[in-house]
Amino acid sequence: MSNIDSKANRATIMANVRNALGVDASSDATRRKTVKARLSKHSRNLIPERANLGAPERLALFRAQAEAVAASVAEIKALKDVPQAVAAYLRDNNLPQRVRHGADEDIAKLPWDSVPTMDVDTGPADPQDSTSVSKAFGGVAETGTLVLTSGMDNPTTLNFLPENHIVVLKAGEIAKTYEDVWDRVREAYGAGQMPRAVNMITGPSRTGDIEQQIELGAHGPRRLHILIVAED
Amino acid sequence: MEIRSPQFKANVREALGNEHLQEALGKVRTGFTGKRAIARAGLPEFDELRDQARDIKNHTFSHLDLYYDMYEERVRDAGGHVHWAGDASDAREIIAEICQRHDARSVTKGKSMIAEEVALNGHLEELGMEVVETDLGEYIIQIRNEPPSHIIAPAVHLTKAQVEQSFRELHTDLPPERNLDEAASLVNEARHVLRQKYIDADIGITGANFLVAETGTSIIVTNEGNGDLTQTLPKVHIVLTSLEKMVPTLEDVSTILRVLARSATGQEYSSYTTFSTGPRRPQDPDGPEEYHVVILDNGRSGMLGTEFQDMLRCIRCGACMNHCPVYHTVGGHSYGWVYPGPMGSVLTPTLVGVDKAGHLPNASTFCGRCEAVCPMRIPLPKMMRHWREREFERHLSPRTVRWALRAWAWVARRPALYHLTASCAARVLRIAALGRGRIKQLPLAGNWTDHRDLPAPRGQTFQEMWRAGGDE
Amino acid sequence: MTDTPKVGLFVTCLVDLFRPNVGWAAVKLLRDAGCEVDVPRKQTCCGQPAYNSGDRADTREIAKGVISAFEPYDYVVAPSGSCGGMIARHYAELFDEGSDWRARAEVLGAKTHELISFLVDIRGMKSVDTEFGGTVTYHDSCSGLRELGIKEQPRALLASVRGLELKEMEDAEVCCGFGGTFCVKYPDISNQMVERKAGTASATQPDMLLAGDLGCLMNMAGKLKRQGSGVQARHVAEVLAGLTDEPPIGEAD
Repeated sequence: MSNIDSKANRATIMANVRNALGVDASSDATRRKTVKARLSKHSRNLIPERANLGAPERLALFRAQAEAVAASVAEIKALKDVPQAVAAYLRDNNLPQRVRHGADEDIAKLPWDSVPTMDVDTGPADPQDSTSVSKAFGGVAETGTLVLTSGMDNPTTLNFLPENHIVVLKAGEIAKTYEDVWDRVREAYGAGQMPRAVNMITGPSRTGDIEQQIELGAHGPRRLHILIVAED
Repeated sequence: MEIRSPQFKANVREALGNEHLQEALGKVRTGFTGKRAIARAGLPEFDELRDQARDIKNHTFSHLDLYYDMYEERVRDAGGHVHWAGDASDAREIIAEICQRHDARSVTKGKSMIAEEVALNGHLEELGMEVVETDLGEYIIQIRNEPPSHIIAPAVHLTKAQVEQSFRELHTDLPPERNLDEAASLVNEARHVLRQKYIDADIGITGANFLVAETGTSIIVTNEGNGDLTQTLPKVHIVLTSLEKMVPTLEDVSTILRVLARSATGQEYSSYTTFSTGPRRPQDPDGPEEYHVVILDNGRSGMLGTEFQDMLRCIRCGACMNHCPVYHTVGGHSYGWVYPGPMGSVLTPTLVGVDKAGHLPNASTFCGRCEAVCPMRIPLPKMMRHWREREFERHLSPRTVRWALRAWAWVARRPALYHLTASCAARVLRIAALGRGRIKQLPLAGNWTDHRDLPAPRGQTFQEMWRAGGDE
Repeated sequence: MTDTPKVGLFVTCLVDLFRPNVGWAAVKLLRDAGCEVDVPRKQTCCGQPAYNSGDRADTREIAKGVISAFEPYDYVVAPSGSCGGMIARHYAELFDEGSDWRARAEVLGAKTHELISFLVDIRGMKSVDTEFGGTVTYHDSCSGLRELGIKEQPRALLASVRGLELKEMEDAEVCCGFGGTFCVKYPDISNQMVERKAGTASATQPDMLLAGDLGCLMNMAGKLKRQGSGVQARHVAEVLAGLTDEPPIGEAD
């Protein structure tokens, strides 16, 4: 076992904290009530006006914001158009016609064989993968941010290992703000619960670590392509 | 990490003579400040969000014990482990033990200032592990065996040419004739070299920008994606963080995230904001099998309830140093320890002692630019002044300075004597100027006249002239 | 309060010792703005050197002297954002909450102003009736800018000076490296900062560099002179008051 008594450390640190705050058992009841209320109410703080828009303007804002951070965006009509759109993107960028995706029904059941030249792998990313396709849990118009959640459907490694990341986003799931997405996460996973990873992705990987010059593709994907699907 | 803060003045002399550093700092002066200004202008609610961000942290601190109760419960429910470290040595040992339990040979690391604070790498290396920094800036300084000079841009003190030289010296298996003229080729080379390291690593260690009580979540905010590869691929993810990182809810952290990237790099939002809650779930095809959070105190609980409590609000965005004219002049290494710039000038004395870091809070003009840009509205100059007060009380400031100050103050409390002294000085200095209107060299004032002329008085003080009815 | 407010002029120690002309300029501008001006004999220094050196006890004693000397006036005005800021923003926190001195410091602080912002914001001055032939550049001194919000006021009045052209320098809001005792405690850093400031100021090729704080001006003028620059320096009040017979800062008669 450890030489470090974590429990004793915790007790000491918390005693320091409580001492510094000047609290004792008598004030705890009120404080507990305050904390409980804060944790359960999910009250929003100030929400910037920027994204307070109707659906079409919200989509336009999402697109503009994503493009501003060097993501590329294509709008397609229906999910069934995804394979062709993926193939077109790979062709336009001279990339191998091979993609990997997870078990997400919306992606997995697509007519991938409608593109005979394309090889399709499934499961978590392999270091050799060039391109992955994920489905976003949602988008945030405010900053052109994609929200992806971990699991079988959309393995987290697909978001980071391949050089090219294509993300399918339903137009109806473009929220105004991060807070809107949190409400949906709570609905999907239960209050206080989260999937193992929630990845907010805003543009492709980048670094400014050499003379503050922005270079794309530091360690994560060099390219981020977003397919916005109009129909549900 | 060796504390070089006591040699601040020597560090500064070295920095001022370092041409590469001065060239690199020239880019800091314009780059970060301009980008932040644009980001700020793009969000009308920015200043109001800063107020709220401040209030969120203040509220959290006054309920910190209770939020930690909730946080730990959530982490445990998700299958994670929370460890408490009283000091740096605790943190090192806790992490070393987890690594050793897994017979770890290779450890990858995302950027973590707390890891710098506890000098983690050296400790793990002594135990025979290979520790690889994966953030590009951290990787560069690791291979150069240097400490970071900035909390979000650790290699900001280096020029491209210096990075190229280091890469050529280390990456000897790559063709020597390769072209590394462009930043892009250096980035690619690092990407290529580090890729296999992620895959081979047994343990991934990251920091955390925030902990969320509501969900038991740790958050990293990055741009490169290295932090995510570091924490997703190995079988164990260790989060090394510190006591003050707590926020109550996802809504609260969303508010603070709105001011973080804008203040730091001038981005509206960083490329990757990752919320991690526990290890891989039963159905998950990837992610770490173990998830540990190590929470470091290292004196922070002792700041609560003192005049330094506000410093705990710091979210490590680096805006204060990006805007600091002293940092722009001397660079981060001059400060002599992990945290440079204004935030370091307040924090370092707390963590290593004001007897060692006394120069830091003194080496400020109190120009106030740091406080003006701080997203968490931390009154940095005020707290630097508090340190000066503690030094003065503890007689740590130089005796000559104290003596001169007390003598001056004694005179300043006696108007008649003060005016007489001023009148004499006005005459003497007027004579010393030899009719040139300025003085080139003045005994005891060499620190001024070594660098600039001293404009001379006019021979009479305003008070004398006013009393003499000069306005009639 | 009458239509002719009584203003106690806080001369500041640097103006008193080094550049009385700034005091006269302040007196003229305040009178032009319809104020009655007095210069209390009992004033010395605002106490910043002690305050910023961590010597709270001495600062408190000096502050008490200033508070007593200036309490009788409707306003306290200083031709310096730094000293004005000290009295307006920092005096109160020197004293325990609820104490008599705290209350007195708060009252004094609330009626203390830097000269130019007082003229524009409190007295509603929109223009000055004077001329100055030449181009100037203006350095925003830190305390005035960040503690008291002085930015547009001097520019508004300068715009009314006949013949004057203002050319903004790059980084006008960046510290010149004076910082009170900082410039002698850390001379190397201060020197580098003022060199940069002298460079950005000179780059606009002005005839004159203006600012609202004599400490910064002595630092910048001293550096410009040492470099052999032809750029002259004055306190902005001198130009606004039309009192430019006196040689510029650091120049011979």
